[in-house]
Amino acid sequence: MSYTPPLAEQRFVLETIARIDELQALPGFEAATPDLVEAVLTEAGKLAADLFAPLNVVGDKIGSKAVDGVVTTPPGFKEAYNAYAEGGWIGLGAHPEHGGQGLPFVLASAVQEQITSANMAFSLCPMLTLGAIEALQAHASPEQQALYLAPLIEGRWTGTMNLTEPQAGSDVGALRATATPAADGTWRVKGQKIFITWGEHDLTENIVHLVLARTPDAPAGTKGISLFIVPKFLVNADGSLGARNDARVVSTEHKLGIHGSPTCTMAFGDNDDCVGYLVGAENAGMRAMFTMMNHARINVGLEGVAIAERAYQQALTFAGERVQSAKFGGAREPVRIIEHADVRRMLMTVRAFTQAARAIAYLNAAAVDRAHAEADAAKKAEAQGLADLLTPVTKAFSTDIGVEMSSLALQVFGGMGFIEETGAAQHYRDSRIAPIYEGTNGIQALDLVGRKLPMDGGRHWRSLLQRERSFVGGLPKTGELGQMVPYLEDAIEALQTASVWISGNEGDKLADTAAGATPYLRMFGLTIGASLLARQAAEAARRLDVGEGDPAFLKAKIATARFFAEQLLPAAPALLGPITRGADLLYAIPEDALPG
Amino acid sequence: MKILVPVKRVVDANVKVRVKPDQSGVELANVKMSMNPFDEISVEEAVRLKEKGVATEVVVVSVGPAQAQETLRTALAMGADRGILVTTDGPTESLAVAKLLAKIVAEEAPGLVILGKQAIDDDANQTGQMLAALLGWGQGTFASKVEPTADTVSVTREIDGGLETVELKLPAVVTTDLRLNEPRYASLPNIMKAKAKPIANKTPADYGVDVTPRLTTLKVTEPPKRSAGIKVKTVDELIEKLKNSGVIA
Ligand SMILES: Cc1cc2nc3c(=O)[nH]c(=O)nc-3n(C[C@H](O)[C@H](O)[C@H](O)COP(=O)(O)OP(=O)(O)OC[C@H]3O[C@@H](n4cnc5c(N)ncnc54)[C@H](O)[C@@H]3O)c2cc1C
Repeated sequence: MSYTPPLAEQRFVLETIARIDELQALPGFEAATPDLVEAVLTEAGKLAADLFAPLNVVGDKIGSKAVDGVVTTPPGFKEAYNAYAEGGWIGLGAHPEHGGQGLPFVLASAVQEQITSANMAFSLCPMLTLGAIEALQAHASPEQQALYLAPLIEGRWTGTMNLTEPQAGSDVGALRATATPAADGTWRVKGQKIFITWGEHDLTENIVHLVLARTPDAPAGTKGISLFIVPKFLVNADGSLGARNDARVVSTEHKLGIHGSPTCTMAFGDNDDCVGYLVGAENAGMRAMFTMMNHARINVGLEGVAIAERAYQQALTFAGERVQSAKFGGAREPVRIIEHADVRRMLMTVRAFTQAARAIAYLNAAAVDRAHAEADAAKKAEAQGLADLLTPVTKAFSTDIGVEMSSLALQVFGGMGFIEETGAAQHYRDSRIAPIYEGTNGIQALDLVGRKLPMDGGRHWRSLLQRERSFVGGLPKTGELGQMVPYLEDAIEALQTASVWISGNEGDKLADTAAGATPYLRMFGLTIGASLLARQAAEAARRLDVGEGDPAFLKAKIATARFFAEQLLPAAPALLGPITRGADLLYAIPEDALPG
Repeated sequence: MKILVPVKRVVDANVKVRVKPDQSGVELANVKMSMNPFDEISVEEAVRLKEKGVATEVVVVSVGPAQAQETLRTALAMGADRGILVTTDGPTESLAVAKLLAKIVAEEAPGLVILGKQAIDDDANQTGQMLAALLGWGQGTFASKVEPTADTVSVTREIDGGLETVELKLPAVVTTDLRLNEPRYASLPNIMKAKAKPIANKTPADYGVDVTPRLTTLKVTEPPKRSAGIKVKTVDELIEKLKNSGVIA
């Protein structure tokens, strides 16, 4: 099952939506010239296609399992990991002073998308390392940075993220792991963490666990959480490895998908000797973890895009080969199923949703880059606001799309889709985790309505909607682009109304906000996704006009945007009712009457 | 020792090529282009020789359109030191390329020229041989092993009957076969460094070489579609069928 990196599509979205040309003009990103972007996508794409894609099925079949405290990864994973790490790919977006290349996060995200399409289970390992690098760059002391960052960036060590405990999932504030000060200024960490992705493995000589725990007398809830570095092997002052730390894998989970990724139960301090190092201030752990999570949420959102892309490619190949049934209303001969209207509907739907979700994710990642690199304070704040606003949408909309689209792509295969050997089933199973981890999609929707909309008095959603409204206002009223305009206008209007309604809810009415949160996030994703596709269509039309670029690709861009606007976007204004209907109907049946 | 490695920009090996409607050639517009795979092997070999301390500098040359610069960058990202781009928009025929290379060899004075045994677009398999003839140098073609010493190079060649080892006096021309090595993936730091490596821009006129095509393409067509096979029950029936179709007498 091959994977072809969608290079032209990725580059086009980087150019028209992420505006990588503008990013390249910002201090620090000078190296991100068009030819470098091209070279990076091409070369990383080779690794994804040649090394990681062939290991996807192996990873699924064999899986990574813990036996007696040792996790053995599937055959080939270690060699592929080494090629990736030695190629310097982990450091693509990391700070140059620790050996990174300092390229834009959005370019790192495009590379991460390729690796994830090729092999989602594997991709989680470098993704978590990136999160750890990000958190340490932002919050660790210079000494800690000097010790841990270079090996992580070089890929000699990997990182993990340890929040979840049996009683503390969505509610991170409920965690109970403890950290007590030791005489030497370090800490002793104790507690159990569950579902820790790549918590133990045989790919690298060391693993840097970032662990959330409570110090003595810490206040309850999220205000009393601190972040600790807990290395698998302690690190000597000269960077060499010392004693084995008291942090061990207890077991790995048996699960629906991503079998290649070890999901570990971790025991910290079973022998009361788990050494941890405090990162930042005591009780400031949640903020530090959010640095990590905001990156991770965008990358998890991209998992939805990546898996939908892979599923699309395979469904398309199959549809072009499978001959079945005569065409409805056509000649008697059986045709390849790609000729049937309903199969086209499925393929176009997968294609359009995948591209819409990709555009949102890249816009989001580029906003992170702007917030980081803009010198002007106002522009910086504006970019940060957009990044914050979009993050729950990128995470939840895209990962829902990942599940829905890998399901639809599987449907294209008919019965063979249900049979494991086609690989369609694996994508569907693998996709299913993404709406759950990194904050469930329900939590993302609450984050969007509860925290992100009200931010800065609602300035950020208003300016995003204003931006898209004036873009649509500037589209021609006729021709292919003009066809989309009424649909886009309707959706933006509905999103405006829904946003105002949500922003007006207070007190008792907050229950209604919570009830409308998930359909609201969907409406948000549909509307912004459609608008970003329309922007691409407008740019495609311009290039066609001046005779720039590949006409087939550009015409397909316009057709995809139109399909999204005219066939899929009408679902967005239709959600206005459900969003604003309130919570009554959800609670209309008393709990004890729900059975039966 | 300096090593010169010519690299060609060709349609990517994974692309299904299509014949142009007017049958004048294959469709190249908006098709993914890459470095000729045999040339990747040549670059890899040269870079390995440099890493072993045998070579001191690896110079890559491409003759082709302006975009062949990307092909040179790929070679630079793999570890070559600098590039020479000879820009020409027409077809690049083996003899013209060999003549240009001979001029470049005269300027650069390399100890070895390592070429791919053929380019996967034309499959001509003659540029290396022509170059050796023009220079009067020894040639070791279809190499699966290349071992230079101070003034010779031993080349193990893949020939029909098996392997043949020849020893050539340096300077010499070597052309590479598939099994010589497995080309590396360019690392990210090297991709970044490649941006800063120099590429000299030249034209055929700079070398006084006339690249006007000497060959005329009459027609390019798709290979005939494979027709469906038939199943036979016995060996006798198979022989019968083969005889009837004139395949065997
Ligand atoms: C394969 C896998 C890998 C993972 N990797 C990691 C990892 O590396 N590190 C790590 O720390 N964790 C990891 N996790 C844990 C993951 O982040 C949690 O499972 C997730 O956050 C949900 O927590 P929970 O399982 O306790 O579910 P719960 O929090 O119990 O949620 C159950 C349901 O209730 C809903 N819900 C909960 N609270 C609310 C609310 N306030 N409002 C509305 N609905 C709500 C949820 O949306 C969900 O539908 C992983 C999990 C899995 C399965």
